[in-house]
Amino acid sequence: MDLIADRGRRVTVEELNTSKLLAHAAKQVKDRKFDDVLIVDTDAHHYENENFAEILPFMENEVLKQLALAARAKGGRGNVMPSGFGYQDMGGRVTRYPLRTSEKTDPSRQRDAQLGDRWMNAMGVDYSCLFPTGMLNIGLHPQKEMEFELCWAYARWVTEKALPDCNGRMYTMLCLPFSDPEGSLRMVETFGDRKGVGGFMITSVREKMQVSDNAYMKVYRAIEERGLAVAFHSGPNWGSNTFQSCNRFLSAHALGFSWFNILHCTNWVVNGMGERFPKLPVLWIESGLAWIPFLMQRLDHEYMLRPSECPVLKKKPSDYMRDMFYSSQPMEIQDMDALQTTFRMINAETQLLYASDYPHWDFDLPSTIYDLPFLTDKARHNILGGTAHKIFKLPPRNEAQKANLIKYGNYVGG
Amino acid sequence: MTEQFVGKASEFKDGERQIIRIGEDEIGVFRHAGEFYAYSNFCLHQGGPACEGLTIARVIEPLREDKTSMGLHFHETDMNFVCPWHGYEYDMKTGAHIADPRVKLRKYDVVRKGDEVYVVA
Repeated sequence: MDLIADRGRRVTVEELNTSKLLAHAAKQVKDRKFDDVLIVDTDAHHYENENFAEILPFMENEVLKQLALAARAKGGRGNVMPSGFGYQDMGGRVTRYPLRTSEKTDPSRQRDAQLGDRWMNAMGVDYSCLFPTGMLNIGLHPQKEMEFELCWAYARWVTEKALPDCNGRMYTMLCLPFSDPEGSLRMVETFGDRKGVGGFMITSVREKMQVSDNAYMKVYRAIEERGLAVAFHSGPNWGSNTFQSCNRFLSAHALGFSWFNILHCTNWVVNGMGERFPKLPVLWIESGLAWIPFLMQRLDHEYMLRPSECPVLKKKPSDYMRDMFYSSQPMEIQDMDALQTTFRMINAETQLLYASDYPHWDFDLPSTIYDLPFLTDKARHNILGGTAHKIFKLPPRNEAQKANLIKYGNYVGG
Repeated sequence: MTEQFVGKASEFKDGERQIIRIGEDEIGVFRHAGEFYAYSNFCLHQGGPACEGLTIARVIEPLREDKTSMGLHFHETDMNFVCPWHGYEYDMKTGAHIADPRVKLRKYDVVRKGDEVYVVA
C-alpha cells in the first residue's frame, strides 16, 4: 500500500496488521514476563465514527435521529459530531492512521473487538477501558439535546453490541452529556449497573463548564452511590480562542491536553468536591503527569493566602489532589529526577494508573512503567494494574496474576 | 562479526528498504540516492520498528536575515525515516534523531560484492 510522502512521492509500506506492527511490543511482554502481571489499560480508544451506522439508530428522538442519519447518508450533508483541527497522523508518519482501513478482520465478529484483542495481546494488556475518539469533542456541540442523544446512543451500542463481543476484556466509562445534568443523571441511572460499565466519563474539552455547579451534585452522588468512578478525559481544542494563538499542532496538543484538566481539576478541588464526595474515585485522564506538581504548588500557594474563598476545604488543595487518580499517558519521560519527584508528589504507588491511549499517536507501552529505575516492585504492580483492579474490580486472568495481587495487597476478589 | 546477505543490488530499487532478521535482532537496510544504509530496527523511544515506516524528506524552516520565517519546506536532499509507532524521525545518513543527535540508532556497515549486498553484523 502506498503512502504519500514529500512532493507527492509515494512510499510503499505493508498493509496494516496490528499484531505485526506491535511485534516488538510482544517481545517486551515475553522478556518481562508480563503474563504474570495484571495489566489494566485505563485509557484506550476506538473510532466510533466507523460504527455510526449501528450507533445512530439507538438515538431516541426521531427528529434528531433523522437529522443525524441524513447527515451520514451517501453524499452526506453535514457533520454529526464536532470535529477538531489537527494532524494526529503526522502526515502519515504514524502509519496506523492512514492504513487503518486496510487491516483485515473477520466479518462475523465486531471489528473493534478483534482489533482490541490484537493490540492487547501484543502489549500484554489484560483489560482496557474503551473510550471513543471523536466523541471526546462532544462538549463542543452547540445543541445539548443532540449531545444527549449521541451519548445515549453510544452508551446503548457500546454496552449492547460492542462490549459483549470483547470476551470480558474491555470495560468502559460512559461519556456523559454534561451540558444536560438531567440527561447525565438519567444515563447514570440507566447504564450504571450494566456489565462492563466501570464509571462515567466527562469530556474535558468544554469551553464553559463549572464542574461544581449545584446541578451536577445529584450526578456525582448517583455515581458514588453505585460504587463507580468518574473520569475527566482531556483533549485539545485548537479552534478555541486561546489555542488559536498556537501556529503548530504540537503546541495546541501539548498545552490543550493539560490545560483542560488543569482547569476542571482546579474547580473540582477549590470547590471542595473531595469533601462532598469522599468515596467517589476521580480519575484525570490523558494529560500526562507534569501538570500535577505544578497545579499542586500553585493552588497550595494561593490557598494559604486566600483560604476564605474555599471554606469547604479542610486540608490543602494538594492533599485533595493526592486523593484522586491519574492515568499515566502520555508520560513525560524526559528528566528522570523530575519524573521521580512527580511520582513522589502524587503518591504514584497508590494513585497512578497505567494507560496506553492506543491506537492514538502518542501511546505508551506497559514497559514505560515497568522499566522506570526508581520504582519498587510493589509500585510497578500497583500502577500497571493492581490499583485499577481495586477500583474497577477486574478479576485476575491467571493464578500468577492473582498471587501477585495478593502479594502486593491489591486483591479484592473476582 | 559476520556478513549477512541482504539481496542483489540490481533488485534493490532506490527508495526501498528491507528488514533483515538475525536471531532476535533486526536490521533495516535502506537504499537511498544510490547508497545503502543499515540501522537497528528497534526505535530508541519505546522499541518500535524504527525502519519500517515512512521515509520522508527533512522539513526545514529557513529564516531570512531579518529573522522572518520563510515557512515550512521539504529539504531538497536530506531524507529521514520514521518509526511508525510514534513518529521518531531519524536521519537516513547517520541514524541520528533529527531533534537530538545524541539519540542515535546503531549503524551497521553495508558491503557490496559485485551485485550482492551484505550487512556486517
